[in-house]
Amino acid sequence: MPNRSLICTQEWICERISDGMKEDDLRFARLLVLVNGAVPATLLGWDAWHHHLGANPVNFAILTTGMLALIFLMLTLAVTPLRKITGLNWIIFSRRTLGLYAFFYASLHFLIFFSLDRSFSVSGTLSEMVKRKYLFVGITGLLVMVPLAVTSTNAMIKRLGGKRWRALHRLAYVAAAAGVIHYYMQVKADVRQPLVFAAVLAILLGYRLMDYWRRQSPAPAATPAVKPRPEA
Amino acid sequence: MRHPNKISPDEITDPAVYFNRRKFIQTGILAASTVATGMAYRHFNHPASGEIKTAPIEGLTVAEANDSNGFHAADRETSLQDITHYNNFYEFSTDKDGVAPAASSFETNGWQVSVGGLVKNPRVFDLGDLLKISPPEERIYRMRCVEAWSMVIPWAGFSLSKLLDVVEPASDAKFVAFETLLDPKRMPGQQSDVLNWPYVEGLRLDEAMHPLTILASGIYGRALPPQDGAPIRLVVPWKYGFKGIKSIVKITLVATQPRTTWSEAAPDEYGFYASVNPQVDHPRWSQATEQRIGEFGRRPTLMFNGYAEQVAHLYTGMDLRANF
Repeated sequence: MPNRSLICTQEWICERISDGMKEDDLRFARLLVLVNGAVPATLLGWDAWHHHLGANPVNFAILTTGMLALIFLMLTLAVTPLRKITGLNWIIFSRRTLGLYAFFYASLHFLIFFSLDRSFSVSGTLSEMVKRKYLFVGITGLLVMVPLAVTSTNAMIKRLGGKRWRALHRLAYVAAAAGVIHYYMQVKADVRQPLVFAAVLAILLGYRLMDYWRRQSPAPAATPAVKPRPEA
Repeated sequence: MRHPNKISPDEITDPAVYFNRRKFIQTGILAASTVATGMAYRHFNHPASGEIKTAPIEGLTVAEANDSNGFHAADRETSLQDITHYNNFYEFSTDKDGVAPAASSFETNGWQVSVGGLVKNPRVFDLGDLLKISPPEERIYRMRCVEAWSMVIPWAGFSLSKLLDVVEPASDAKFVAFETLLDPKRMPGQQSDVLNWPYVEGLRLDEAMHPLTILASGIYGRALPPQDGAPIRLVVPWKYGFKGIKSIVKITLVATQPRTTWSEAAPDEYGFYASVNPQVDHPRWSQATEQRIGEFGRRPTLMFNGYAEQVAHLYTGMDLRANF
């Protein structure tokens, strides 16, 4: 069934991307991300089991999963600019897996906070979320990712249609911005790391803005409407 | 002619599969990238550890503990490993795990502490002379960080009041100001302007004279390692940890409330008094509970960090919400 192929579904949400790549290679690219994305979680679990998370293990696990969520959000948002700049269209096949890992680590980040820091207290967690702005911003970022994860399947792409799917998934920008602001707000004095994330996010979103403007303003009128192709 | 054990053609491995270089290369890439990701993770996440080999403190006496002086907390002591590898000491690193390695080569030879201001006998002490003012006592104190984690630390030190008695504060002295060494070469964290260096702290004179307030030069019967504030630091157990200024070079008695580093960096978050108070939240987190290092789950934070009996009278009639 042709429309079951990887390439076909991806073309619902992107331009032509196959570049004559073999489907096997595309599946491999996806497997590569799947396996590598699991490495930090595996090592974190291994270290936790062996009591190697340092003096404050709960805090360490919360910080590490939060950082990983931000890194995977940035990687997810880097796919499209990289694809357009390098012309390596196949890397689009890693995007869904990267995005789902961002959601996975952000969820883990919240669940460790809820269980080990707030001792499963729903009221304690909710009251903190309302009282502390940085927690409110953080949970907003996580909640925004829920519909994105839910609609990440091929079936959902088809049901929504490419245009609506793309519009919905612009929420990824909101999630990433919320994540960076959440990190910036909870730091005591040394804001260098959050600022690095903010700079990366600014570049990734700035690229999209430039790309959008370029498409809005067509080539200057001076150039002839139809350029004779040299090879024609 | 029939072959005795005929192999059907479809059982023979397809040469394209047998020589599947593609699969081989893919497996190699997968393995190499997994190792690289693992190494990257390890590079950024390596909880510090290491042995403490500083000199033993000679003549250490165990503080006379009774029910009311608070010199000897009954709580289980935090391990030396955790006390020396989970530090807030921005002069070396803003990463709590990174302080111990960044401070490992910090030298304190020839250390001097100048004590002056509104005193009758101003003096620059060589560290050895300063430590001779009073024999070192072991004080087991709870230490509550403003970040809502806590430890129980066996310090070696003596009451700051003993030093103040030697220099004799003048009658107009109302506060004591403290200052950390300023030397960006030896304290590389000072090369960035995360805080306004040098670190400064202060106490009201009656707080400074309180017997619980000590100048500490050791932990667990050994000289302080650099990451914990070598060679001499302040410990005020009923206040948040940041009041315990480290690596002190200057103590000045003054008439008015001195400036303090954190209250200047974020005036709405850190006050001059900074007494542990579970009812007054930090703007960004609750102070009602704390993560005791080495324990599972959180425990309630006690008023004045459990030293209310000893120190509450210092603050009678004061609005602790306004003077946080």
